[in-house]
Amino acid sequence: MATDTTRVDGTEPLPVPGPAGRGTNGRPRGRVRRRGERGPLASFGLHLTLLVAAFIALFPPLWLLVTSFKPKSETFSLSLVADFTLDNYDHVVNDTAFLTWFGNSVLIVLVTTVVGVLISSTTGYALSRFRFPGMRPLMWTLLITQMFPMAVLIVPLYNLMSRYGLLNQPVALIVTYLTIAVPFCAWMMKGFFDTIPVSIDESGRVDGLNPFGTFWRLIMPLARPGLAVTGFYTFVTAWAEVAYATAFMTGEDNLTLAGGLQTFVNQHTQDWHLMTAAAVLIAVPATVVFGYAQRHLQSGLTAGATKS
Amino acid sequence: MTDAAPIDATPNPQGTPASPVPATAGAGAPGGRPRVRRRALRHRLADYWYAWAMITPVVAVITVIIGYPLVRGIYLSLTDADEANVERTIGVNTIEATYEFVGLENYRDVLTDDVFWDRLGWTVVWTVACVGITFVIGLTLANMLNRAFRGRTLYRMALILPWAIPAFVSIFAWRMLFNERNGILNGVLDSGGIEGIAWLSDPTWAKIAVIAVNVWLGVPFMLIAMLGALQSIPAEQYEAAEMDGAGAWQRFVNITLPGVRSVAMTVVLLSTIWTFNMFPVIFLLTRGGPAGSTDILVTEAFRLAFINSPRDFAGSATWGVLILLMLVLFAIAYRRALRRQGEVW
Repeated sequence: MATDTTRVDGTEPLPVPGPAGRGTNGRPRGRVRRRGERGPLASFGLHLTLLVAAFIALFPPLWLLVTSFKPKSETFSLSLVADFTLDNYDHVVNDTAFLTWFGNSVLIVLVTTVVGVLISSTTGYALSRFRFPGMRPLMWTLLITQMFPMAVLIVPLYNLMSRYGLLNQPVALIVTYLTIAVPFCAWMMKGFFDTIPVSIDESGRVDGLNPFGTFWRLIMPLARPGLAVTGFYTFVTAWAEVAYATAFMTGEDNLTLAGGLQTFVNQHTQDWHLMTAAAVLIAVPATVVFGYAQRHLQSGLTAGATKS
Repeated sequence: MTDAAPIDATPNPQGTPASPVPATAGAGAPGGRPRVRRRALRHRLADYWYAWAMITPVVAVITVIIGYPLVRGIYLSLTDADEANVERTIGVNTIEATYEFVGLENYRDVLTDDVFWDRLGWTVVWTVACVGITFVIGLTLANMLNRAFRGRTLYRMALILPWAIPAFVSIFAWRMLFNERNGILNGVLDSGGIEGIAWLSDPTWAKIAVIAVNVWLGVPFMLIAMLGALQSIPAEQYEAAEMDGAGAWQRFVNITLPGVRSVAMTVVLLSTIWTFNMFPVIFLLTRGGPAGSTDILVTEAFRLAFINSPRDFAGSATWGVLILLMLVLFAIAYRRALRRQGEVW
């Protein structure tokens, strides 16, 4: 080991030029560490940094969880649970409209996800495989609409919904969330289809399938991980959307979870203990779904992000 | 944007090796290509109907629920619409809209108003701070996780947990921690003998608090994206550098950074746009307060239309259009910059 790392101190110019010379990284000159090997100090630093980061990442949600088991009088005590109680959960589920909000959210988000992913996958496929007039403008439109701030659409959409009597109806939010989901899903799906070899399409065509058949029978089954990631992402985005939900849905029975959680803590009420219980009930399903999907996320993101 | 090997929409009717229609034909192309222009629409339909049929649903959705509202939003920004004069339904009676076209008056009002420039300044600071800090932390942590050691998976799971929880839930958790009288942060400070901080009611601390929460929310995405980018760098490059005696820092600067560049560019563009438009963090944490000091452009636009009374729809639409203009300009400038550096995008 020492033999192949000591020759740095030779006099030849370094083939890899860099602003930082040898020795500036605090290590003895002439001893170049390879990837994957660390001194005990570096190892300690690595674990310490990661531990601190993990603590910061975990603490707020964990504290929320801990607090949700405390009675109201101890909500802000600094100790861990002294008097374990499920009263907060009991109250949230039975005495508030929480389950209605939950149902509203599930309905809206599921319909948005299914519709959004289905209609955008054909577009993603067309963009990935064909060249046709209107392709570039479409790609630009998709890209630009992804960065539409809700501020530019919220007022006209609100007025439209108001005119057609759709405010406080789930369909208003479904339609609105499609404006978020469709450009994003189409763009992501294009990235996924790009990773599927074109030779598969060609073999389908040789066997007499038309492009729709190729798409539906050959490519869609292969794109299942992509569909899962895209759908999951839409799900999470819509589940956590606040602005439209706050503006379009009023009245206790029409709220979604994002609106409902706000009712616990606002100018008039300060029911932090109930808020924590509701928050845990909202977070758990999302976290479970996330845990299941996160294995695919990394490959999914890079497939969507790089356009190789 | 260009694909490695796209195939033509239809089998080539003439059987010539090259497609009769240039494969790159875009919207602007026909003017420069007489052959294309002369082709009858019927032929073009025959050539492209598969592709066009496949994009129809999305084009319809975009036209109806993004395009139309956008046009209407621009129109509203040229009127004096507010709560009192838009069309509305009370019981069975419909009251006709009575707002009027006022030209660019709204824009003149907004642009000559200090509030707009204040909010814009803070929005820029907020965006740059959030994206910068998130990127540095994300890249650092990704680098740490991109090697083999015990507990790696556990750390990874822990670090992306903030992403798994809906943002509005985490924001309420933070609000509880930040609580001025009883929150745990001030509790810890108190027990350390330091006077508690007015986290959400002092303008400066409120700004720091919203940035901290947004960074907390944004790091997991950055981490996962950068980890993916790091893992796509071929190991041979590092091996070659080691053979040549490059140190850890040199390897980072000369291999890692160029290797993650293209993903980093995309991710930074995305998170800039997201942060610029980040509504929930500010709306739920401080409601833009104290006294509007943490209001960014989108929360201000929301406030005008849905919180203030009377609701100022035209004013809000004006802010919305201005925000959109800024984002489009930013994206164009960013793309130019990328192109100048030789990125194909």
